[in-house]
Amino acid sequence: MNLSGKASDVVTTTLDQFELGQEGEIVHLDDNEYTAKLIDMGLFPGKRVKMLMKAPLGDPVGVDVEGYTLSLRLKEASSVFLKSV
Amino acid sequence: MAVERVSLVGNPNSGKSSLFNHLTGLNQHVGNYPGVTVDKKEGFCLLEKGKRISVIDLPGCYSIYPRSEDERIVQSILTSPGLKEYPDLTLVIVDASNLERSLLIYTQVYDLGLPIILVPTMIDVADNEGIDIDFKKLAEVLGCVTICPVNARTGEGIEALKKAMLTYGNSHHSQPFIAIDDFKQTADKTRLLADSYRPNGKSNGQSTDNAFVPLFFDDPVTQGIETEIRYKKIRRLLGFVISKKQKKSTYSHLTRKIDALVTHPVWGYVIFAGILTLIFQAIYSFAEWPMNLIDDVFFSFSYTVKNWLPPGIFTDLLAEGIIPGVGGVVIFIPQIALLFAFIAILEETGYMSRVVFIMDKLMRPFGLNGKSVVPLISGVACAIPAIMATRSIDQWKDRLITILVTPLMSCSARLPVYTLLIALVIPDIAIGGIFNLKGLVLLGLYLLGLIAALGVAILLKWIIKAKQKSFLIMELPMYKMPRWRNILLTILEKTKVFVWEAGKVILAISIVLWVLASYGPAKRIENAVNSIPKPPVEEGLAWEDYQQQLNTVKLENSWIGILGKTIEPVIAPLGYDWKIGIALITSFAAREVFVGSMATIYSIGEDFEENDSLIDRMRTEINPATGQLVYSLGTGVSLMVFYAFAMQCMSTLAIVLRETKNWKWPLIQTAYMTLLAYLAAWLTYYLLK
Repeated sequence: MNLSGKASDVVTTTLDQFELGQEGEIVHLDDNEYTAKLIDMGLFPGKRVKMLMKAPLGDPVGVDVEGYTLSLRLKEASSVFLKSV
Repeated sequence: MAVERVSLVGNPNSGKSSLFNHLTGLNQHVGNYPGVTVDKKEGFCLLEKGKRISVIDLPGCYSIYPRSEDERIVQSILTSPGLKEYPDLTLVIVDASNLERSLLIYTQVYDLGLPIILVPTMIDVADNEGIDIDFKKLAEVLGCVTICPVNARTGEGIEALKKAMLTYGNSHHSQPFIAIDDFKQTADKTRLLADSYRPNGKSNGQSTDNAFVPLFFDDPVTQGIETEIRYKKIRRLLGFVISKKQKKSTYSHLTRKIDALVTHPVWGYVIFAGILTLIFQAIYSFAEWPMNLIDDVFFSFSYTVKNWLPPGIFTDLLAEGIIPGVGGVVIFIPQIALLFAFIAILEETGYMSRVVFIMDKLMRPFGLNGKSVVPLISGVACAIPAIMATRSIDQWKDRLITILVTPLMSCSARLPVYTLLIALVIPDIAIGGIFNLKGLVLLGLYLLGLIAALGVAILLKWIIKAKQKSFLIMELPMYKMPRWRNILLTILEKTKVFVWEAGKVILAISIVLWVLASYGPAKRIENAVNSIPKPPVEEGLAWEDYQQQLNTVKLENSWIGILGKTIEPVIAPLGYDWKIGIALITSFAAREVFVGSMATIYSIGEDFEENDSLIDRMRTEINPATGQLVYSLGTGVSLMVFYAFAMQCMSTLAIVLRETKNWKWPLIQTAYMTLLAYLAAWLTYYLLK
């Protein structure tokens, strides 16, 4: 068993894979052109996120971020890694 | 410290604009920032008798680091002490129900060393959500900032805020909110930070250890790291400030319920379509009578001027050039005001962002995004307010494409042209027992506009280069009742912008067109006038007929008339004669002028709906060269197609110039639309001939 406790050992899912109602805690954001904007909007490691709704064509999605609702495209959501809580 | 200049900073939907409206009321106006297309909202606020301060409402933003053109303005103003807009006091508006996220921009403004009053709003919402905030403690943990809570809806707390501005003492930020020390925890990133660290211009090369050193970075990766550090510190501090209690109401619960309905795969679109139908129904029924009234008033005004002033060039210019020109601007006000009233209601309530949410995926293949939908659809009423409404689109490329294609949507000014031509060439037959062919053709023209708009958008998507990556990370705010005061001020602002900024251009072009239509080679006009037999008595039917014929030959021999004849070889392949050529040129300023020009050309009153004479006259018109009817099916449909695509509206051009701040775009737009109109009309004529 690995005791180092690195984040990479936790099973993570990206936000675009979340089912309706699924909740998770952000552990990591991919470094890409969306990262800075995602953090600006309050999506950073430690935050709890819940999948609230999906647009009729599945994209974009609406998520609850500890009290407010954000809409993001699947492409943007795919750079958010979460562990289940 | 005497405060002279105050700026408002805060998240979108934080109640910032409501607060601005409370502070300035009608003492506000919209100006420009040099070189960019962002509106500058500024005004005056009377703090007490004789003490007036200037207030700037900066664009809503989540961070000092700009992700759009609007947000760039916030950064450049707050970091440039040399600018005349640089504030000596900044009100940071924070949404109490979203304190953590709203405070990010506060800590950044704080680290810029700017004097601040923190203005929490929506405390009632927070209270209902079970969030209890200890403001005294909040002020403490944020570096002894002055806090003035207000209710931006009711105006409660505004007087206290004014008093606080009046008595604002010198600020002394002893400690930065975050310092280089805070970065040490992100051990593996310290080196990166040391490399990219750039002291703010104001720090005069002071040592970085203890002194107040704002940290601001250029590259997005470091910006992200810094923002995360700020958030984590805010989060820790708020632990001492916020206590959770029992939720009182179901505001957020209600919002969820409405969302489930309006984003439903079927009902979502049904509701959206229903709301649009309602809006257009209202625009057409409410805008019609004020528009007719404006039309009548300007018509009789021009008539009165002509009769009362001594005849001469000046009187003619006033009565036939300037007054109708001003009338041509004013006539758009009812539509602009109504459309903006509805758009403002959709935005205020929070429904607009749901429209964006359900439409985004559908619009993306066309190089547009969810935010393009409402401007595009508004184009069916009038392209002018539609293009003004593209402001909400953050990405310049998406916004530009929306601006460039919106005038292809069939606006209400095309309706009189379509109606005349359909009456002229489309037979009155029923199809399948229920549908009338005339109705179907009209529907087809609207669809044609929509298809062309989307098609051109796809093309432009490949041609125009993006300045920034397109993203749609946006807040879906809770539903709220609209604030009527804000809506009223929005209508006022948009109408003012249109009348002053577009009005100048429209008036100038109206006068030029009038001169070209009223004057021509003197000898030529004289000969033409003399060739009409003058009736012996200056009254009665014969005299009226003579007057109409006089107008006809004057127009035919004016510069525009000559131009119409000159372009005949160019438009002949479309099935048009020189008379249509004249109408095309006179209606360049506004397409509906086509009907009036036709009436003048055929020397007939222009009320074709009540009086069939114009249609009868046009229907029997024979082309002397071919011996055929001029208005064949081919020519008629070709003309409709031409008007569906051609720009033919200088008010729109003036607004495009205003919104893009570059002559290039309205010129490109006119060129591509005219070319498209020409080719499509030619093809139509070729196929139907």
